[in-house]
Amino acid sequence: MEIKLTLNGKPVTASVDADKLLLDFLREQGCLSVKRGCETANCGLCTVLLDGVPVLSCSVLAARAAGHQVQTLEGLQQEAEEFVGFIADQGAEQCGFCNPGFVMNTIALLRENPYPTDEEIRAFLAGNLCRCSGYEGQLRGIRNYLNWKEGKTNG
Amino acid sequence: MAELKSVGKPVRKKDAMQLLLGKPLFVEDVTPRDALVVKVLRSPHANARIREIRTENAMKVPGMVAVYTYRDVPQKRFTMAGQTYPEPSPYDRLLLDQHLRFVGDAVAIVAGETEKAVDKAMKLIRVDYEVLEPVLDFHTAKDNPILVHPEDNWRSLCPVGADNRRNLCASGQEGEGDIDEVLDSCPVVIDHTYHVKACQQAMMETFRTYTEIDRYGRLHVISSTQIVFHCRRIIANALDIPKSMVHVEKPRIGGGFGAKQTVVAEVYPAFVTWKTRRPARMVYSRKECQIAASPRHEMEVHVRLGATQEGIIRGIDLYTLSNTGAYGEHGPTTVGLSGHKSIPVYTANLEAFRFTYDVVYTNRQSAGAYRGYGATQGLFAVESAVNELAEKLHMDPLTLREKNIVREGMVMPAYYHETANACALDRCIEKCAEIFNWKEKYPVRDMGNGKIRAAGVGLSMQGSGISGLDVGSATIKLGDEGIYNLMIGAADMGTGCDTTLAQIAAECLDCDLDDIAVFGADTDASPYDSGSYASSTAYVTGKAVEKACLELRENMRRIGANMLGCTPEETVFSGKGVSCADGSASVSLMDIATRSMAGNNIPVQVTVSHSSPVSPPPFMAGMVEVEVDTQTGHVELLNYSAVVDCGTPLNPNLVRIQAEGGIAQGIGMTLTENVTYTAKGRVMEDSFMQYKIPSRLDVGKLQVDFACSHEPTGPFGAKSIGEVVINTPAPAIAHAIYRATGVWHRELPITPEKILMSMEHG
Amino acid sequence: MLTIKNYLRPKTPQEAYDLVQKRSNVILGGMLWLKMQNRRVDTAIDLQDLGLSYIRQEEDGVHIGAMTSLRTLETSPILNELTQGAAAEAVKPIVGVQFRNCATVGGSLYGRFGFSDVLTLFLAWDAQVVLYGAGRMPLSQFVQIPRSRRDLLLEVIVSSQPVQASYQSQRNSATDFPVLACCVMKKDGVYRCCLGARPGAARCYEDETHILQGNLTEEKAETFARWVSEQAAFGSNMRGSEAYRRRLAETLVRRSLLALEEE
Repeated sequence: MEIKLTLNGKPVTASVDADKLLLDFLREQGCLSVKRGCETANCGLCTVLLDGVPVLSCSVLAARAAGHQVQTLEGLQQEAEEFVGFIADQGAEQCGFCNPGFVMNTIALLRENPYPTDEEIRAFLAGNLCRCSGYEGQLRGIRNYLNWKEGKTNG
Repeated sequence: MAELKSVGKPVRKKDAMQLLLGKPLFVEDVTPRDALVVKVLRSPHANARIREIRTENAMKVPGMVAVYTYRDVPQKRFTMAGQTYPEPSPYDRLLLDQHLRFVGDAVAIVAGETEKAVDKAMKLIRVDYEVLEPVLDFHTAKDNPILVHPEDNWRSLCPVGADNRRNLCASGQEGEGDIDEVLDSCPVVIDHTYHVKACQQAMMETFRTYTEIDRYGRLHVISSTQIVFHCRRIIANALDIPKSMVHVEKPRIGGGFGAKQTVVAEVYPAFVTWKTRRPARMVYSRKECQIAASPRHEMEVHVRLGATQEGIIRGIDLYTLSNTGAYGEHGPTTVGLSGHKSIPVYTANLEAFRFTYDVVYTNRQSAGAYRGYGATQGLFAVESAVNELAEKLHMDPLTLREKNIVREGMVMPAYYHETANACALDRCIEKCAEIFNWKEKYPVRDMGNGKIRAAGVGLSMQGSGISGLDVGSATIKLGDEGIYNLMIGAADMGTGCDTTLAQIAAECLDCDLDDIAVFGADTDASPYDSGSYASSTAYVTGKAVEKACLELRENMRRIGANMLGCTPEETVFSGKGVSCADGSASVSLMDIATRSMAGNNIPVQVTVSHSSPVSPPPFMAGMVEVEVDTQTGHVELLNYSAVVDCGTPLNPNLVRIQAEGGIAQGIGMTLTENVTYTAKGRVMEDSFMQYKIPSRLDVGKLQVDFACSHEPTGPFGAKSIGEVVINTPAPAIAHAIYRATGVWHRELPITPEKILMSMEHG
Repeated sequence: MLTIKNYLRPKTPQEAYDLVQKRSNVILGGMLWLKMQNRRVDTAIDLQDLGLSYIRQEEDGVHIGAMTSLRTLETSPILNELTQGAAAEAVKPIVGVQFRNCATVGGSLYGRFGFSDVLTLFLAWDAQVVLYGAGRMPLSQFVQIPRSRRDLLLEVIVSSQPVQASYQSQRNSATDFPVLACCVMKKDGVYRCCLGARPGAARCYEDETHILQGNLTEEKAETFARWVSEQAAFGSNMRGSEAYRRRLAETLVRRSLLALEEE
């Protein structure tokens, strides 16, 4: 079947099987930041934004995304760059395989709640598993970013 | 010592921003999409022989390219363990075997143009199994009439006490002093058995490998591996082809933790490519990672620990029963650490020790290497026993440790008689007690509504590389305009060794970190390295980097001296160039680089290998505060504090993250990561839906600090960090749960059900 | 492995209803569970064009469209005001935000999964469901309908009167399925206690023996909790044994009851 959608701001028309998962479709479209870490919707590595809402692209049919806006990290580099350096300053990226999903969901969090508390950060990102960092460094990075942002706004 | 400019600085990882911005860096991102899809049909039985296997119908599926069975593969046995040759792990594998030894063992290799075709074909392979009775209980494996490896061509290359006719992958005994006499004369003997299950590393990137035939007709392997050089040998062994025909490289690795120290996936696409001459790729599913990979060795460690009433620990007797599963990867070596990395923690007053072990084959998933590598299992046992001793003596467990722990300068008889030349374990405990606030948190506190808060402690040690064996190498090269290339064979699997090794190089060459470009790892281009395992990279390869850079400095001085018209001894190297000692003249690095490429006989590329006769242990103290809900059994992890002695922290950020990540993994192993089997031997936790690694809501607040020592044999005083950090949570949390409930849990994981039900029946 | 031959977005409920009558066709909810099944689907029916994603107050109650995501339910001011946050408590631990953005209320209820927190919540709430064709019926009746009947679930309706509510669950890890879930609601002096993940599908228990009559005391709460835990049928699975669940029920029911009084 043929689908039309907006991928990272650009219209895309493609022919897909009915059971093609959005995750695989996006990788075929060159959005290689989208990763698969499990088959059971548990890891959060495949997080993308569908009409601005973070979803698991492993559980969405490409066909379901037809007519909608899909964004991957490839399309949100600038928004990501504003805060990911703070995570790099903690060394909390580690192996990096979970990073795109984690960064995408952090973008969703910060859009919804620009100044979250530590507890709100943990709760919102609970579906993003990471096996390397122990999570603490990711939290420190986001916290440092928020402090910097607050200082910038107030200063 | 002069102040360090690069080493010890919390710099960003060189690849950090690329990773955080989701650039294509991993196997599946950097290899062509149109490779053949390779999958493995897996055995539904724990022990079976293939009577007949029919593949004609499978091959009729459009897009199918090949189905290989045991009849198609070389008949020379090999091991998939990534170890230095001759491997201690027995040669007990074939690529495909007629005899299937666990649920998940490989029955056939299936290759096709698309995943859909392969999936369909897998369903059409007809296998007639002769189902045999399996050996599932590792207590009954030794000398069981059912043999996991009855075959005649099974081979053990090293004297590790292996005997396939007895289901033994290894066995042995060592010790000093008369342990029976010492224990007999001890008024207090703690005598218990502790059980750790076959936990999974659960790195986020599953096993995956791409293979192709390169322009020279060689097999080019791009794989997510910690061990490119061992991988080359193992693939050549498996395919029975010359090693010269194999070229292995790794891109970025999505986590390893030891899992990728075993050749789990590589041989299958390699075989397909070698046969079909076509590019092929295998991507393990998460399910395959859970059922047919290389988890921790299940171990039962029986401790007898004897002490005086005053808490002087006089003797430790350890018996470890280790379950290697269906194949022997890392079986003979992991078991050693259960004794070698636990008993020496209590060196101070130890009069005698004995360490005995059996490693048995069973019809379970084959085990492998996982961070901690046996030390984790041994330390859960010994540290728990010491905590039990403290409670029995009504003594503060920190006071008890103060009396007994190994201290700097002590010879450790249970650790190959090595001397603890750098040991800040005492300061680790002291500092940890302070940042954790032990005085306030150790007493049991009733919070009301059935909730009790309590604390526990655990100590840990590990090694830094394998003494006298591991080889690390580095090549450092001066290039145009005075930049450097650093080539290594060690594998950065997210840990950041590309960066820390570059920090060492920048320090030695007195330059900016940005002037060092790092490349690794590739069997054709990198200098030999055993690979990144056994906590070796910072310590062993790091030293090789240091030595290589110092040698290059000398060569650059020689070129500079020629240009300045003096002797090398009359010059100084400044990082920016070489100048006469009297300051009269100088040449820049750029000038030297330029000269090196014109009429020059002095090499500006230096390769140095390094091996260490010792393996200096890093040490650590961990303390945990939990809140146990005594009406549900739920454990809320509140705070985890740890202080680590890794010698000189080469990069404070990266060692901290290593520690925090290791603690989180340890917490998962202790509380939620369960491994259970059906009666027929199938692993039930075969997905992330069932195998629960911690989320960020499960680990509490982690706080890590350092107590530095200076290891004289390490680069800039460094010891290892990667593994020591996973060992303290199990004993510390079990201790805290005891404090809260009055029940010792000696089997992991300690689930809420076990806690609640043991309280009821206790 | 799941394979799907065709994908359709019906424009009317009738069209969707007709399609789903064929056994090999299936309605897509969040697709989270469907995806893990080994199943060959002829036509996947996507309801996204039927406008079933809403939470709105009407005269006869609050209507929740079948395609409303669990995340929308979690963050709904209306539903959480009515239940003092119990609606959010029920779904918050389900995997993660992205998962809850995919999972739908309709899919969760239609599946009648044993582990379902959503079913536990709405059963305690005495919700009604609206099925295309069959019309409106109590959720408790819907869960009894044999799965062989092929319905189209359009919406869920709960009373627009505030209830006293408490949702508590025991999980082996923070974002895991519940080992046991418990939702207690009190409306007009009547208590409804629902236990989910027994591990069988959620069931409601009412105060048949009037243990809770009059002012609630700790003693009464304990007696009722014990009575429920004795009444209820429990089973064993990977996450917990029957005996453990029975013990948990006592704790969770008692705590939920007492929590109502605190509010």
